[in-house]
Amino acid sequence: MATLVSHPDEVRVVSKRFGMGATNIDRYLELEGYRAVQKALGMDADAIISEVKNSGLRGRGGAGFNTGMKWSFVPKQSAKPKYVLCNGDESEPGTCKDRLIFEHDPHSVIEGVMIAAIAVASHTGYIYIRGEYRYLSEIMQRALADAYAKGFLGKNVFGSGYDLDIYWHGGAGAYEVGEESALMESLEGKRGIPRIRPPFPAVVGLWGGPTVINNAETLASVPHIILGGAEWYANLGPPKNGGTRLFCLSGNLERPGVYELPMGYNLRKMIYDVGGGIPGGKKLKAVVPGGSSTPCLTANEIDVSMDFDSLAKAGSMLGSGGVVVLDESTCVVKFALRTMKFYQHESCGWCIPCREGTDWLKKTLTRFHAGGGLRKDIDNIQYLSENMLGRTFCPLGDAAAMPTIAFVKKFRKEFEDHLEGRPCPFEKGAVEQLPVLV
Amino acid sequence: MKLSDQFEARLAEMLTHYPTKRSALVPTLLYAQDELGFLTDEVIAELAQRLDLTELEVRNVISYYSMLTTKPRGRYNVQICTNIACMLRGGQEILEHCERKLGVGHKGTTADGIFSLEEVECIGACSWAPAAQVNYDFHENLTTEKIETVLEEYKKKAP
Repeated sequence: MATLVSHPDEVRVVSKRFGMGATNIDRYLELEGYRAVQKALGMDADAIISEVKNSGLRGRGGAGFNTGMKWSFVPKQSAKPKYVLCNGDESEPGTCKDRLIFEHDPHSVIEGVMIAAIAVASHTGYIYIRGEYRYLSEIMQRALADAYAKGFLGKNVFGSGYDLDIYWHGGAGAYEVGEESALMESLEGKRGIPRIRPPFPAVVGLWGGPTVINNAETLASVPHIILGGAEWYANLGPPKNGGTRLFCLSGNLERPGVYELPMGYNLRKMIYDVGGGIPGGKKLKAVVPGGSSTPCLTANEIDVSMDFDSLAKAGSMLGSGGVVVLDESTCVVKFALRTMKFYQHESCGWCIPCREGTDWLKKTLTRFHAGGGLRKDIDNIQYLSENMLGRTFCPLGDAAAMPTIAFVKKFRKEFEDHLEGRPCPFEKGAVEQLPVLV
Repeated sequence: MKLSDQFEARLAEMLTHYPTKRSALVPTLLYAQDELGFLTDEVIAELAQRLDLTELEVRNVISYYSMLTTKPRGRYNVQICTNIACMLRGGQEILEHCERKLGVGHKGTTADGIFSLEEVECIGACSWAPAAQVNYDFHENLTTEKIETVLEEYKKKAP
């Protein structure tokens, strides 16, 4: 459905079967499919974990935690069943990569879940796909049925004596559910409200059992690591940032699309070469480098290597790989408002700093954008945001606060330009001017 | 109450996937809604009973998920994304165009019951923005002309 793009700098690992008909299980088998899991079945569980750990694979959902390390936290002995949960709730604005994986290569996700299960000695896995992706749920259900029919899943997989069941599960519209503990609540048939940690899911997760939760792209990368080796994968990117990433280029670009580039690819090149630059000869204003929750970078800050550590050093985050490009004609206040409107809508309301903070920030930014802002509001926006940081059960509060703080700090002048009853300087007279408050 | 055989088969199978019946709730509610158009009092009572829950527990879950609704809506639910990536490429204009064409606003339904309109959050089509979903179908790289054709085609399909 979604159009595929390509660029010579791409290194295709996760996307190597895109557009090749790999939803068909026989085609997938021709394309090295289900070889990695068979190799894993012959390996010691600790050897699988150390292979993944050494590959430098880090969580593609946004947090960037070392995947092998995460698996190693699962206790060897457990009275309760252990689970593997694939997070395909992809909802971070700017992100549309898991969609392509499910659409073009669903078996790679199944295979990744299988390898994770073998590594932590779990016999049950779930693949959670957001409710909006109905067509992908159908593709996945079909893929699972085909894998069962071939004896790759169920009792005695590949004649190894190992039993493994994997099921599909669907959401019904909730960004918050992409957060690991809320995801488990949702799978258990409840409202997606986060759980307090510790205990972490690796120890107490689904129905109280130890649970490994990984993003779909993370799990789809695992079979390639098992086949290609940790060293090969690690060397694709800079130290401690192994492999490649599906970067979702969107916004004011000539050639938006999902491109698989090595970790550490230069952001300027990504915008001007891969993405084809900005249409209409306009100048770059800002980039949101890793989905809506990551602090923006200004046009002067784009000579940065797109990996977890370099972006952290630059004061932002690699996040979920959603690169949103804003040209000079974009109003930053309006953009900040739209971002906040999203978080206000998606806040589950469990933690007061997030529930009230996002609501007040939305109200303030709405008034501000319409020209009803006061000078002290600018500091208040920053102050309110800073007071949300780290004060909630899950990172949704941080996700709303971090980009807002960056918008105010880096584009304060644009906020000042909206003061004293002046309507937005970027709108064509569409905004109604509000009375000036004193 | 009578739900389709396909629904029954799916629910029966799903219940074997989890250690608790309740776990099947969220996807099951969505499938029920697909059949009935919205979650009626009757289906809520039925599913509560089958999954060993109270109606209140089921309603508590329904109110959390944005795709679930207890109110009737049009045969085709037109969902326009106006989140950041779509906003930068004219998502707001697409929404306003639909409002004018359909004569309804956010969460409104046309008098003939064919369309309802909704402004939605990110649907995962950022690289193909601006985008919309009509029920579950994606429509991408939209322009005002393109969305108009999309609406016309659905109108023709309506019985």
